[in-house]
Amino acid sequence: MHPRPLLTTLVGMTALTSILTGCGAIGGQSADLQIYSARHYDLEGAFGQFTDETGITVEFISGDDAELLERLKAEGEDTPADVFMTVDAGNLWNGARQGELAAIDSAVLDEAVPEDLRDAEGRWYGLAMRARTVTYNPENVDPAEFDAVETYAGLADPRWKDRLCMRDATSAYTQSLVASLIELHGRARALEIVQGWVANNVEIMSNDVLLLDAIDAGTCDVGINNHYYLARTLAEKPELNVDLFWASQEGAGTHVNISGAGVVDGADNPEDAQRLIEWLATDGQNAFVDANHEYPVNPAVEPEPVIADFGDFTRMPLNAEAYGTLNADAVDLLAEAGYR
Amino acid sequence: MTGPAVLAEARTPERRSRTYGVGRTAWSSLVIAVAVVVATPVLAVVIDGLGSLGESAQPRGLARMVLTTLALMLGVGAGSLVVGGGLAWLVTAYRFPLRNVLVWLLVLPLAMPAYVLGFVFLSVFDVAGPVQTLLRAVFGADVWVPEVRSLPAAVLVMTLSLYPYVYLLTRSALIEQSSGTYDAARTLGATRGRALRRVLLPLARPSLAAGLALVMMETLTDFATVQYFNVQTVSVGVYLVWKGTFDFHAATQLAVLVLLFAVAVLAAEKALRGRARYHQLGSRRQGFQPERLRGARGWAATTLCVAALSAGFLIPVAQLLLWAAGQASADTSVLTDPRFVDYLANSLLVAAITAVSCVVLAVSIGHAIRLGGGRFVSFAAQLTTFGYAVPGAVVGIGVLLSFAAADTALERAGVPGGTGLIVTGSVIGILYAYVIRFLAPAYQSIGASFEKIPPTVTFSALSLGAAPRRVLARVHFPLARPGVAVALMLVVIDAVKELPIVLLLRPFGFTTASVWVYELARENFWEKASLPALVIVAVAIIPVFVLVRQTRRDETGTTAPGEVRQ
Repeated sequence: MHPRPLLTTLVGMTALTSILTGCGAIGGQSADLQIYSARHYDLEGAFGQFTDETGITVEFISGDDAELLERLKAEGEDTPADVFMTVDAGNLWNGARQGELAAIDSAVLDEAVPEDLRDAEGRWYGLAMRARTVTYNPENVDPAEFDAVETYAGLADPRWKDRLCMRDATSAYTQSLVASLIELHGRARALEIVQGWVANNVEIMSNDVLLLDAIDAGTCDVGINNHYYLARTLAEKPELNVDLFWASQEGAGTHVNISGAGVVDGADNPEDAQRLIEWLATDGQNAFVDANHEYPVNPAVEPEPVIADFGDFTRMPLNAEAYGTLNADAVDLLAEAGYR
Repeated sequence: MTGPAVLAEARTPERRSRTYGVGRTAWSSLVIAVAVVVATPVLAVVIDGLGSLGESAQPRGLARMVLTTLALMLGVGAGSLVVGGGLAWLVTAYRFPLRNVLVWLLVLPLAMPAYVLGFVFLSVFDVAGPVQTLLRAVFGADVWVPEVRSLPAAVLVMTLSLYPYVYLLTRSALIEQSSGTYDAARTLGATRGRALRRVLLPLARPSLAAGLALVMMETLTDFATVQYFNVQTVSVGVYLVWKGTFDFHAATQLAVLVLLFAVAVLAAEKALRGRARYHQLGSRRQGFQPERLRGARGWAATTLCVAALSAGFLIPVAQLLLWAAGQASADTSVLTDPRFVDYLANSLLVAAITAVSCVVLAVSIGHAIRLGGGRFVSFAAQLTTFGYAVPGAVVGIGVLLSFAAADTALERAGVPGGTGLIVTGSVIGILYAYVIRFLAPAYQSIGASFEKIPPTVTFSALSLGAAPRRVLARVHFPLARPGVAVALMLVVIDAVKELPIVLLLRPFGFTTASVWVYELARENFWEKASLPALVIVAVAIIPVFVLVRQTRRDETGTTAPGEVRQ
């Protein structure tokens, strides 16, 4: 009889799998709270601390915002999720609009989270804030060159020709910035601004870290970045040749966006879910935002040292509904302007 | 275990029913059932897309996306054909230094997820990367370099990571060929080139076409790699619309467009295979006799192979190792992270179940078609391969939609709780979606092997009274073995690398190595992601080893039970 390695492998693999599936050892909920999260920055640390302080255990699944929302919708009443956590105000607004988030009434949250960073009906609350502002190479740029009133729009000026680097049109960061420009200036003017960037031969990069590297290397003079990428890179590489400029300080303020969370409609454990969100907005703020160098939403909480060094800034008020409804316009506008 | 025993069992009165009777109906129904189960989630997406047609505006720049998609697919297809087909020919027809090692090393780029390769490529070649920095240091700041984030660069990177599909299938086709036809052509005075063109290429055509179809479908559904290069394909458009406009239905409409591309690919594949059927007659024992390349020509061949291997595998692995070493020297505890074992076990588990399921289904389908199911069965078989051409996240959504519909229907019918949380509460949803996605690579490789089995072999076995099941076990399976081995390997590797489906459908407490890489890579923690990325690469190498042992055995003919049956 000839040896039959392939057949043996097949049979062996089948046997192994049946044993493992038979044991049913795969998956299943085992904690008090289940979370779907499109935010990934070191969640374990914050949740671990929450469990230590309250005794409530937490487990989470990370994923992409749009997919997790479709999953919530498809699971319907059967969903194990208690909390939906995501990045970008537009996504939070969309989750509420689709009826997946339940309204909660919390004096703690109303106090801790500024009004424009939470839903008026209490369906979601911002928990961490990022600013998207201008970064530059101080060897090639004098910050006085920036337009202090309309900094983003000012980058459309021909003086910046061949000096700009920005993120791609598929990036949610780009889309929400452009959505806020549409809200601020109207579509026609926003289109002119983006067309101005394109006319300046803006170099499109596929992520913020490469963008910072390019500014550091001097192949770009100016970029638009989330502040925490700079903080993170500086923490690893203090000699980095990149400075931050707070955009539009004499005008509408710097564009910001949030990560936030809401209690899932039909959650099995809404009380603990609310407790977690309250904790994250108060005692847990530092645990939640510091590791990623983000700004606390709670004005009573201090930002961590690296970003505190960036100095205070005025932010553009956040209008989640505008971010949500105008995002599609932003996608369309970017395509029309030939920005990819 | 021996052929003559089969012959002795022939019972003439039952021969007719065995040849034309229930066996075929049962096998045909099986194929149709599989097609229905596999196609349902894809259809759910199509129905959603077509049902809301006209409600949402199509994205601006759609025409450009379509053209970009076409250009990318043609580019990567042509590239893979040249690189994969060329290398397969080189290592099969010639002997040169290191050839025996390179034969299987050349498959390794398959183990490197394209999204990892894309990032490593950018970090090495982009403006701030070491190569351009060096160029600027030597030639000044204004040195001209080709645009890195561009369509040609995307074609290059995807070719380097996808050529092994063509390489593997072509090589197994060349091994399966008897040398007789080629030798005859040579004896009759044909030059090597002419014999290659007129004899070998036509014979290898089904396999080349199958490999090419796989490459094109992978290219079509990729959205992670192309985004590094600012290349907006229709698949990128699906995500752009879905996430950027919060309009799920508009996104499914675009997904239908992606499917149309897939239909075109499969139609082209059929056309490329042609109507002619080539079957192998005579013994395979006398394999292809490779010719020795001496001196500079030999080393030139070695260099070619090493170049492809370095670009697609060695250099990126070196970069990952460099990052990983940096991580480990900063904090040695990362090396003993218990999650490695846990996540790795999960990855392997779903990959193994998926591979076995896909191979069993693919062999059954090939067998059923061979028994003569007719056009309807062939169509059903074709239907089972569409999942590969649908982006993973869309397949996942299709699975969610189908189960949500089933849940509602069951609850209406009075079943309390409906389907419950079966899809996302266990790994069943993941496995289901994986089978939908990866039945195509399994069927492509196994189908290509089946095509080379002469129908006369099947009919002899049947007419001698062997039941279809016995024909499968004793004739078809052994003869299709090279294809089965390739199929197992492709599916395991694909499943280990797969990301969007497992991300969307995994139950709590179930994380795989690819999800781990994703969580880190998404936040640009590339140094931290390097260790789990290396784990994926390492895991994907295992099936490559198994396959190599298998094909070596086939090549040397030490076991090769297939030949006895003829």
